[in-house]
Amino acid sequence: MDLLTTARSPWGESIFTHISWSLFWASLVGGLLFLLAHGGYMLFSQHRKRPSEEVDRMERERAGLPALITRHGFVARAFHWVMAFAMLTLLLTAFLPIIGVRFAWVQWHWMAGVLLTASVLFHIFHATFVLDFWSIWVGPKDIPEFKAEMLREMGKEDVPGPRSGKYPLGNRLYHLAVMVAGLVVIATGILMMWRVRTGVVERNPYMLSDPAWGLTYVGHGLMGVGFVGLVIAHIYFALRPEKLWITKAMIFGTISRRNYLEYHDPDRWAAEGSRKPSSPVA
Amino acid sequence: MPAFELFQPASVNDALGVLNRHGADAWVMAGGMDTFDWLKDRIKKPKVVVDLAMVNELRGIKDAGGGLEIGATTTLTTIANDPMVKERFPLLATAALIVASPQIRNVGTLGGNVSQDARCWYYRAGWPCYRAGGNICYADTPTSINREHAIFNADRCVAVNPSDTAPALVALDAQFVIKNGDRERVVPAEEFFIGPGIDITKLTSLQPGDLLTAIRIPATWAGKGHYFEKVRDRQVWDFALVNIAASMNVSGSTIGDARMVVNGVAATPYRLNAVEAFIKGKARDKATADQAADIAVQGAVPLQHNAYKIPLMKALVKRAIRGDAEWTS
Repeated sequence: MDLLTTARSPWGESIFTHISWSLFWASLVGGLLFLLAHGGYMLFSQHRKRPSEEVDRMERERAGLPALITRHGFVARAFHWVMAFAMLTLLLTAFLPIIGVRFAWVQWHWMAGVLLTASVLFHIFHATFVLDFWSIWVGPKDIPEFKAEMLREMGKEDVPGPRSGKYPLGNRLYHLAVMVAGLVVIATGILMMWRVRTGVVERNPYMLSDPAWGLTYVGHGLMGVGFVGLVIAHIYFALRPEKLWITKAMIFGTISRRNYLEYHDPDRWAAEGSRKPSSPVA
Repeated sequence: MPAFELFQPASVNDALGVLNRHGADAWVMAGGMDTFDWLKDRIKKPKVVVDLAMVNELRGIKDAGGGLEIGATTTLTTIANDPMVKERFPLLATAALIVASPQIRNVGTLGGNVSQDARCWYYRAGWPCYRAGGNICYADTPTSINREHAIFNADRCVAVNPSDTAPALVALDAQFVIKNGDRERVVPAEEFFIGPGIDITKLTSLQPGDLLTAIRIPATWAGKGHYFEKVRDRQVWDFALVNIAASMNVSGSTIGDARMVVNGVAATPYRLNAVEAFIKGKARDKATADQAADIAVQGAVPLQHNAYKIPLMKALVKRAIRGDAEWTS
C-alpha cells in the first residue's frame, strides 16, 4: 500500500500528488483506539490533584483569593470557539466526501480555512502582546514537572516536584502539536488558494513547480489527517469528567478557587490574590 | 492493449454478479466507443472488463404508459430510427442522430453516450490532472488550450460533459434505472450527472458495482414542442462545442412550462432554470428570446480561449425559444 500517491508530470518527473486516503482511516482509528486505551487506563490511574488537606491549608493561607478565578478572558474564549468552528468545518468538508457524503465541499473548505487563518493570526497577536506568551510553551524547564507528574501518575504519594502553571503539561504538549500541524495546513492551504477559484487571489497554478506543488498537497494532507486524531483526542479530554472544570472555564471563563489550588502551582500561575501573605491567616 | 480479464455475461444478473465481485477493478463496456480509446492509449488499465454485448435484456425500446423505457445498450441508430421515439420525443431522436458518425452510432449505445468520460485532451492524454487523481487542471492555466472547455460551474477541473443525448434526456425529465446487486435505484437525469465539486474524477453518479440498465422517459413531454441543435467544428464525427435541448409547452404563441438544457459548457448538462422561469407565460417572439439569451449566460466565466461560447450559447437559446431553426448536420 502506498501512503503517498505519485504521478509522472508532463516533463517526465516523478512527483507526489496526494496522500493515500488510507491515512485518514489510520488517523481516525488511531484516535479512537487512543480514546479507548486512555479511558481504560484512567479506570485504574491515580488522581493527580493535591490531597484535600493540603488544599485546605493553602486556602487558609491564601484568603485573598476570589471564589472564582479567571482562566480565560472573553477574547481568548471567543478565539478558541471560532477556531474550533473553523477546524470542525475544515475536517467535515475535507473528510465527509471521503466517507461517501458527497457535496460541493471546496468553497466551504477554503472559506473555513480563511476563517481559521484569520483567527490564528489574531491569536498570535493576542498571545504575544496581551497574554502570558510563555505560559503555553514547553521547554527544558518543564522536565521537573514532567518527572513529578509521571511519579504521581504511577501512584507515588507526596512527590515534591512542581504542579502545573496555568496550563497542564499535556495541554501544552497538545498545543505544540496543534501549532505545528496548524501552521503547516495554513501555510500549504494559503498556497493552494492559488490553485482554486476563490475570488480572493488570482489563480496561478504555475506559481510553484510540480514537485513543489506535490509536497504542498502532501504536507496539507498529512497534517489534515493528523488533525483527525488530534481533534478526537481534544474532544475526548474536554468531555472527561475530571477535566470538565477546564472545559467549563473555556465556556464561562473562570475556575473555582479550589480547582485552582488543587491542580496548579500558584507560584507558576499567579492568579489575582494568590500570593501567600507573610503571616498565615487563621 | 494492456491485459485484462474479459467477462461477457449473458444476463443482467450475471453482469451484476461480476461487477459485485470485482468492484472498482471492473470496467463496464457497452459499445466500446469510449472504452477502446482509453485502453488502446494505455491510460486506463482495468483488471476486469465486463462486455455487455451479450446481454439482450439491456436492449430495446418499450412503451411505458405513453412514455418510453429504453434499454441502456440500445444503439443510437436504433433510437434515431425508432418510430415511437421519433413520434413522441423527436428531441431525443435528433440528438441520437447527430452523435459522431453512422459507424459509431451503429455500435454506440445510449447508456454509453450518457456515461462517457470527459474529452479534455490533457486528461485523455494521461496527464496527472485533478480528474486523473492529481492536483492540477492543465486546461486552466495561463498557457492552456481550452477552447472546448467549461464556462460554467468549473470547480478546479474545467472539463465539460461531451454527450449529445444527455441534455436531451434532462430536457425530457428522464430517469435512469441503476442496479447494484439486488438493489435498484431510479435517479433523475439531472442527478445522474455530477460536477467536479461533488466528485472531480467522475462525470456521473455511477459507483463501483453499478449497472445502468434502462432509461425511462415519462409521457410528460411526449408530443410537445421539442428543439435540439448542436454546433461543432465540422458537421460530422465531432463533439459539440455547445448543444441545446429544449422541450416546451406552447399554447398559441404563448410559452408554458419548458425545460431547456445546454451541454458542452459545464461538467454536467447545464439546465437553464432562470430562463425557464422567465419565458413561462411570455410570447414566443424575438423580444422574449433576446432577453432569455441574456439571462442564460449570466454567471459565465470564460477561459482564455472559449469566450466565443457565450455568444454561441446566446444564439442557441434564442433559436430554441423562437423555434425558427432546425438542427444542422
